[in-house]
Amino acid sequence: MASTAQTMVIKPKKTLSLRDFQEIWNHRELLYFFTWRDFKVRYKQTFIGVAWALFQPIMSMIVFSLFFGKLAGVPSDGVPYPIFVYVGLLFWQFFSDALSDTSNSLITNQSIVTKVYFPRLILPISTVATKLVDFGIATIILIGLMFYYHFVPNMIGLLLLPLLLFMTFIAALGGGLFLASINVKYRDVRYILPYFIQLFMFITPVIYSSSIAGKYSWVLAFNPMSGVIQTARAAFLHTAPINWLLILISFIASIIILIIGTIVFKKTERYFADII
Amino acid sequence: MQNEIVISVKNISKKYNITHQRGGYIALRDVLANIIKNPFQFLKQKTKEATGIAKKEEFWALRDINFEVKKGEVVGIIGRNGAGKSTLLKILSQITPPTEGEIKINGRVGSLLEVGTGFHPELSGRENIFLNGAILGMTKKEIVSKFDEIVSFAGIEKFLDTPVKHYSSGMYVRLAFSVAAHMDPDILIIDEVLAVGDAEFQKKCLGKMDDITKKEGRTILFVSHNMDAVKKLCPKTILIHEGKIKKIGPTEEIISEYHTSNKGLSHDQDIYQDKNLDITLSQLEILNHEGKIVSALQSGHSGSLRMLIKTNQKRDSIAVTIGINSIQDDKRICVMYSPLKNDTLTLTPPQTYITCQIPKVPLMPGQYHLTLKATSENQTLFYLPGKVDIEVENGDFFGSGKLPDPSWSGAILVDHNWQSEHLK
Repeated sequence: MASTAQTMVIKPKKTLSLRDFQEIWNHRELLYFFTWRDFKVRYKQTFIGVAWALFQPIMSMIVFSLFFGKLAGVPSDGVPYPIFVYVGLLFWQFFSDALSDTSNSLITNQSIVTKVYFPRLILPISTVATKLVDFGIATIILIGLMFYYHFVPNMIGLLLLPLLLFMTFIAALGGGLFLASINVKYRDVRYILPYFIQLFMFITPVIYSSSIAGKYSWVLAFNPMSGVIQTARAAFLHTAPINWLLILISFIASIIILIIGTIVFKKTERYFADII
Repeated sequence: MQNEIVISVKNISKKYNITHQRGGYIALRDVLANIIKNPFQFLKQKTKEATGIAKKEEFWALRDINFEVKKGEVVGIIGRNGAGKSTLLKILSQITPPTEGEIKINGRVGSLLEVGTGFHPELSGRENIFLNGAILGMTKKEIVSKFDEIVSFAGIEKFLDTPVKHYSSGMYVRLAFSVAAHMDPDILIIDEVLAVGDAEFQKKCLGKMDDITKKEGRTILFVSHNMDAVKKLCPKTILIHEGKIKKIGPTEEIISEYHTSNKGLSHDQDIYQDKNLDITLSQLEILNHEGKIVSALQSGHSGSLRMLIKTNQKRDSIAVTIGINSIQDDKRICVMYSPLKNDTLTLTPPQTYITCQIPKVPLMPGQYHLTLKATSENQTLFYLPGKVDIEVENGDFFGSGKLPDPSWSGAILVDHNWQSEHLK
């Protein structure tokens, strides 16, 4: 627990303050080390190593393409179903993995949380960052698919990518912070969450197109992942013109999720070491 | 400069709400099951809690702690288990916030509540040095500059790139301590981390600690059960008793205070009471060879366990049992049973001392659970398994000043003699 500040005051803490952000910045190296650890440890003692980051999205793509694309004939806005579903899966996997791992991040690091001080926000943030690395790896397949199906993303689309990643990042982080705070006290979260994530996938246009909701498709925008995936498809696969209003609504929704998550987290943070 | 105050602790208190659960956390299932089983009870309870009628059970782990530490001071903190030492340390290292009060700290703080925090078994020694260093608050630059020193102190050069899960426990602990010992903060807060490794490495650790403490301007707070280490390292000591500071002063004085005036295991409350049988086990005290009440038995020395029993009924020929269990796995180590020695014991109103004297305590230093039992003509007066804990301290059992290393994992000490004989 290095603090570069010369005088430190310890007293009953209440809420979020500017000092928290300062502290996180001071601990950015630790953030990096946690991310590096999580990534490194995951593929240690595995036979194919990092290739596992590719396995899940590829397998899902194949299975979904076969059953939903071929057999059920789910419409895919006029683009080949495999690439259509892969764009959805890419973002969805990032979001859902990040959300579930973040919810457990305090518990999996219990032994550290009870023994050393550092801004607790570091743990959830580094967990999401680890998943960002996976996202990067899985993107290789998307590039391959785009070459194969001759898709050229438009420039605006490429510029939008960082924004889409940022939205996914903060939505997963916000939800994860909220769930992690509850998880410290009620371990039920750990058991219920996988189920809810699965349900959540079906109300997000991952394997289908949001156009099936017809004129009510704007309602879906309140689910930030819906906005992210729709925009990603529009940008990479030209399924529709880019809908700026949709992006705005989803962006605001994810910011709100982040704010709620952070407030709840900060409110309960001080008891973590006592009740974990 | 030397008189500059670097740690100032003002009115620090810490309250815990006691919840009666099995685990540390609550399963929603249990909450729901309770609601279904007893909906009205639950509602009543909740309304009471909401309106503030129901009292939550509170426990003050620390109450009004005040002290100051000057720059360059090395201060020991001692106290019985549960006195609040660890809580104080956790507050000082910001792991848990105080309920009341304020602490001001000037300078960079490093806290060491455990060695090897965050070590990951799958990662190599090299990787763990960086990870652990970062967790302890070192910058990457610092770690890089001290890397060789850390490795050579731990003596693991050959295994740097082996996952630490393949390390022997000795190597693991050496590496963990080595990283910690190379933190370079202005203020160091340490919890009993010296009790690691084999005897030789412990000596090395103590030596290193000595170096660290003698370094110019380094301030250290050191919590320990190891009185020898406290004596060796800290000129000044704080004695904590039941969440309060009992005394601050020169170490020698405080340690003798800890040993004698600290009323052993006696509490304000009786240990056990049975109104039907009219019997009260009021206290259990530990006496040293001089008959003084102390807080712990000492290996190799004479000591006694004394129970104070209150009753209004005279009982002849009672039999008393004291069982000693190890605290790690709760296995029975030995039983002392009065009929085994044909000793007759009598309970006389209003109160009687029952004393079990052990001429030469054969237990390794550490904590033990006691089982206390008394019977009178086949009627059990009390049976208290694991209700009381006692502590055994370092003592000179063999007359050589040495004891086996705790890592050799023996619970009892057996006196023995060695000889070699030349055969022609």
